[in-house]
Amino acid sequence: MIPYDHVLGLSVLLFTIGVIGALTRRNLIVILMCLELMLNAVNLAFVGFNRMWAGSVSGPETPVALDGQVFALMVITVAASEVAVGLAILISLVRNRDSINVEDASLLRW
Amino acid sequence: MTAEIIFFYAFAVLALASALAMVTFLRNVVAGVMSLVVTMVSLSGIFVLLGAEFVGVIQIMVYAGAIMVLLLFVVMLLNLESDDFGPPRSLRGVSKLVGVLAAIAVAASLGVALSGGLPAPAAVPDGFGGTRAMGRALFSEFVMPVETAGLLLLAAIVGAVILAKKRID
Amino acid sequence: MFLVALIKSLFITLVVVGFFLPILTWVERKQSALMQDRIGANRASLAGVSILGLLHPVADVLKLMSKENAVPGGANRLLHLMAPLIAAIPVIAAFAVIPYGGNYRFGAGELSLVAADIDWGVLYVFAIASLASFGAVLAGWASNNNWSLLGGIRAAAQMISYEVTMGLTLVPLFMVFGTLRLTQMGEAQDTVVPAFAFLRIFGLDGLPTLLQAISIPAWGLFLNPPAFILFLTCIMAENKRPPFDLPESESELVAGYSTEYSGMRFGLFYLSEFIQVVVVAGLVTAIFLGGWTIPWLSQAEIIGAIEPWFGESVATGACLLFHVTSFFAKVAFVIWLQMLIRWSLPRFRYDQLMDLCWKVILPASLLNIFATAFVMLALGDVR
Repeated sequence: MIPYDHVLGLSVLLFTIGVIGALTRRNLIVILMCLELMLNAVNLAFVGFNRMWAGSVSGPETPVALDGQVFALMVITVAASEVAVGLAILISLVRNRDSINVEDASLLRW
Repeated sequence: MTAEIIFFYAFAVLALASALAMVTFLRNVVAGVMSLVVTMVSLSGIFVLLGAEFVGVIQIMVYAGAIMVLLLFVVMLLNLESDDFGPPRSLRGVSKLVGVLAAIAVAASLGVALSGGLPAPAAVPDGFGGTRAMGRALFSEFVMPVETAGLLLLAAIVGAVILAKKRID
Repeated sequence: MFLVALIKSLFITLVVVGFFLPILTWVERKQSALMQDRIGANRASLAGVSILGLLHPVADVLKLMSKENAVPGGANRLLHLMAPLIAAIPVIAAFAVIPYGGNYRFGAGELSLVAADIDWGVLYVFAIASLASFGAVLAGWASNNNWSLLGGIRAAAQMISYEVTMGLTLVPLFMVFGTLRLTQMGEAQDTVVPAFAFLRIFGLDGLPTLLQAISIPAWGLFLNPPAFILFLTCIMAENKRPPFDLPESESELVAGYSTEYSGMRFGLFYLSEFIQVVVVAGLVTAIFLGGWTIPWLSQAEIIGAIEPWFGESVATGACLLFHVTSFFAKVAFVIWLQMLIRWSLPRFRYDQLMDLCWKVILPASLLNIFATAFVMLALGDVR
């Protein structure tokens, strides 16, 4: 039986690593990957909480509570569409500025 | 210590190490993608250990198998060389502040998470998180979110095509 | 428990890697020779004896192992080394869920001939297959060679496209069998269905008794023929074998992503491709060709027929042997079918490949899902 607090601790650590990466790196692809890492960490928390909830609430006769896992699936869906749009933006950025450094995407700051 | 716990810690260490490697010292984008794949596969293992078998296998199929291959595809298509952009000079002070705040927040939330107060691990009912239970949940109780997710994916496809196309006729 | 699972996995791995694989390389060469009116592989000989060229696999392996492993200059050494492993290891792991026999009761104990009988068996194979695609992509990137890079890009695009479609082509079968567990699919195919029952949709109830008596095995192939064709196409494209071998087409890209590989590392790519052929055959057999079952003879009937003479445990053991033989015979048939396709059809053009996936197979499989749902509703139950 995996202790829930360690699951949550792992989730927090992974999320933090993702935040640090998204804040410090300026390569657009790495930033996208860090976003994915954060979403994954959130998924881990969802699944962990769902397990905790199901273990404490649903007995053998009550219906299984799966809300957290459905949430995780929805997060995966959102992540997929986010990556698709993000990579499309990246491609047009490379086309227009020939760089994947987010510092170069500064037209609005002129 | 059961096999379950040993596997959990092994996967946890693997996930943390490869995530750290991706963020901190891998300047090669392809190597970064591969280490993120390792993180995702380990997380999927943890999902299965937590009883979320369907989410675990979808995690590998969608995240590791499709999203990461898509990232690699774009990296190779644009033939990007390895990069080495440091943080911008003007933001040094701000990033220190953000770093300190983030460290405090992490320490606080880790303290709360690890200080206990959560219920002891308990057994879950049979078939928890399996394909049958997930299918029931997705297509009865959560049918509205599923439909909305389909709409979201359609919007994302159209948006991606419009953004990445050279010229819209 | 752990030991039994280990023995089962070792059995399937050894049968495939140790027996099927060498034979497969030989059969492939002989098959192509037959179709191109050549004599084929017959040169390798030991002390003047060449048994129909059967020594060629041995010679091939010895040669591959004695060659130098060259890493091109400027290549990423670590990724270049890892790519063949990433291509080969997941493919072998896919055998864990493919059942090569049913469930047998010996006295008090039970024996189930599958290494891991998991609830989401088919999804496991898909997940593993999607991990294996990293091998080709990484190899293309890490070789520091433009041909390789182009091959890797093609591999990435082809794999993503066909993975999506492959899942959709199988959905009708999930609906018919009501499960994703490969062993349950096999058990569901261990019966017969009346061949003309589907005519009930058109209101034809009063069939002649002769037609009603005709029954066919309840195989996925007969329950949903379109899915078989669509799935076989998709999974062969996923396997990157001709006519879908755009990532390594020798007339355009030298050898695609494997251009810069030599020695046993190239051998690993070769190996993973051939093991994938067997995996495809095993999966197609388990889902569409009744798995380990013997047509028109269910497990109970076989055991019931032998039992009066030799007793129950001998009957069960004989049934087990029949079933395993039946499974591998079907696998051999599907492998032969794949080779026939491979040597008959010319290679696709790249746009044709993508059009086939997104404009033909995807709509067709969506249509098949709706048609299957309609038939299931109209018949109450197909089986």
